[in-house]
Amino acid sequence: MTITETNETLYSMIYRIRKFEETVLENFPKGVFWGTTHTYIGQEANAVGVLSHLQEDDIVFSNHRSHGHFIAYGGDMSTLFAELMGKPSGVCGGRGGSQHLHWKNFYSNGIQGGIAPIATGMALAEKYKNTGAIAIAFLGDGTFGEGIVYETLNLASLWKAPILFVVENNHIAQTTPENLTIAGKIRDRFSSFGVSVVEMDTSDVLDIYQQAGKSINEVRENKMPYGLVLNTYRFGPHSKGDDTRNPQVLKQIIKTRDPLRIQAERVSVGVRENITKKMDDEVLTAYKEALEAPLFEDIYENSSDDVT
Amino acid sequence: MNTVLESLNRALLNALKTDERVLLMGEDILDPYGGSFKVSKGLSTKFPKRVLTTPISEAGFTGLAAGMAMRGLLPVVEIMFGDFVTLIADQLINHIVKFPWMYNQKVTVPIVIRAPMGGRRGYGPTHSQTLEKLYLGVPGLVVLAPTALGNPGRLLEVAIFQEKRPVLFVENKLLYLSKLFDINSSPDYSLEQIVLKRDHLEKTENYYPYPIYVLKIADAPKCDLTLVTYGYMAEVARNAMLRLAYESEIFVEMIVPTILAPYQCAPVIRSLDKSKRLLVVEEGTLTLGWGAEVITRVVEQLPNRLRAIHRLASKDFPIPASGYLEREFLPNEEDIVAKVRKIMKES
Repeated sequence: MTITETNETLYSMIYRIRKFEETVLENFPKGVFWGTTHTYIGQEANAVGVLSHLQEDDIVFSNHRSHGHFIAYGGDMSTLFAELMGKPSGVCGGRGGSQHLHWKNFYSNGIQGGIAPIATGMALAEKYKNTGAIAIAFLGDGTFGEGIVYETLNLASLWKAPILFVVENNHIAQTTPENLTIAGKIRDRFSSFGVSVVEMDTSDVLDIYQQAGKSINEVRENKMPYGLVLNTYRFGPHSKGDDTRNPQVLKQIIKTRDPLRIQAERVSVGVRENITKKMDDEVLTAYKEALEAPLFEDIYENSSDDVT
Repeated sequence: MNTVLESLNRALLNALKTDERVLLMGEDILDPYGGSFKVSKGLSTKFPKRVLTTPISEAGFTGLAAGMAMRGLLPVVEIMFGDFVTLIADQLINHIVKFPWMYNQKVTVPIVIRAPMGGRRGYGPTHSQTLEKLYLGVPGLVVLAPTALGNPGRLLEVAIFQEKRPVLFVENKLLYLSKLFDINSSPDYSLEQIVLKRDHLEKTENYYPYPIYVLKIADAPKCDLTLVTYGYMAEVARNAMLRLAYESEIFVEMIVPTILAPYQCAPVIRSLDKSKRLLVVEEGTLTLGWGAEVITRVVEQLPNRLRAIHRLASKDFPIPASGYLEREFLPNEEDIVAKVRKIMKES
């Protein structure tokens, strides 16, 4: 890929996620979705920059804020919309909802921290089977309050699991700011277990793309765990309407740290307009397709070999 | 194979030998120690790369094993003392059992978690409990309990190779040294093995669903009471049965399932058709326990048809370390004999 093509691809992926999430927030009040949702607006450069380097068999384990990761992984937007709508055509047939997705080698779960050992075990299994696949786990700053993360870092380091732990530090855990939850530095938690870590403070997808490429190569080559701490900002609320941050401060952050705007500068106006139009169409089509998809006819169908 | 311990150890050895996907994981399981209760003895010497000793991180290594299971391996995890299953609760309840269902049956998590439970060794409040009741009724989790009446090693191999769902495999500590029951050298008893049709096992050549054992006094002229129990309590109750027969001419039929959850105990109903009296015995604490579920299922199916319904279990207290006190808290042979005699007198 030429530099221009890479820039356009990265831009279009960020736009795609942004548009998807905006469509979710816009339509939530209409009552088309179940439960709640955690949107990724503002953090798109992380998923796009990191997951652009995936190989076919690589594993991604995501968390409660999983839409961006899922779309960057290549997940289908229509099935994701349908999953949020609780329909049989959803990613998990409506059983998982926003936080519990699985497609190909992509997994997510809504419990903080618990995914860390699972993803590490998956990485070890691939190493044991000698497939060459690695795992990438997405954690947040809030996740570092969970003890199991530390058990996992210790085990991953001891047993040399080929996994990249990507920490998206958006400096706020639901409504609680980082300074009230994190003592010391997140990166030091990695180094204290002998895990090499790189920390970045950028919303520029190109920076993240380049560093993530290096980190992922190291994981693949050395078959060991690495950490990548990405300081980032979520522009929206934790879920819907639970943002307690100062709107003025947030406004300033959005002004300087919008990954879409930063990447837009690298794409010519004409191409940008084409991408925008194409993505708007794709998202709208996906939304409509999900909306029109049938509801359950027999909810007990195929449930005979489920739990008893 | 003389003891339950040897049977389990042999099964793990066979599993490691026959399938490279099998991995063992747990605290202090390497030779020469071979695990706190020696179930892993000799295994790390033969399979050093697949018998992994872990840090004291039950949740962490259980999660690791779950991830391995989701990617095609067959991990067997040892929780050193069953009491520590509290530490894996989130992994088990919010991750392991959830994945198959919430991912719309697109994944399986064929993990086996072995946990030595039970008291009577003076280990005190945090190393003597029978905690499987905390996990009974968790949708998607299979809870198995070997018995000396059957083939514990075989049960473990079925759990590893044929069961696709996650398994909590409950081993009572005193059961380890119990001799495997041999009907040929036990003329006082008759033993029947019942296998129910409905299960979730893969139907292979070695198809082997979870058996339920029915132990009777040989040539019993009648059936006075149906006693339902599992694990080590079946050993205790077996002795009580003999005393009741010889000393009081009370004939007890004992039903011992090897699968505790999902609930599967039709033979209890069959036996109650004759006896009309039910006693459920368990080593876990009394309130809201396994026995309560067994009784409820019976009452749902046989309303107003029984003469007596009772249960015997541990007292609803932590288990004391002092052997003198512990004996008072856990159900023993004498308790069973006394309870059955009382039931017979009153009904």
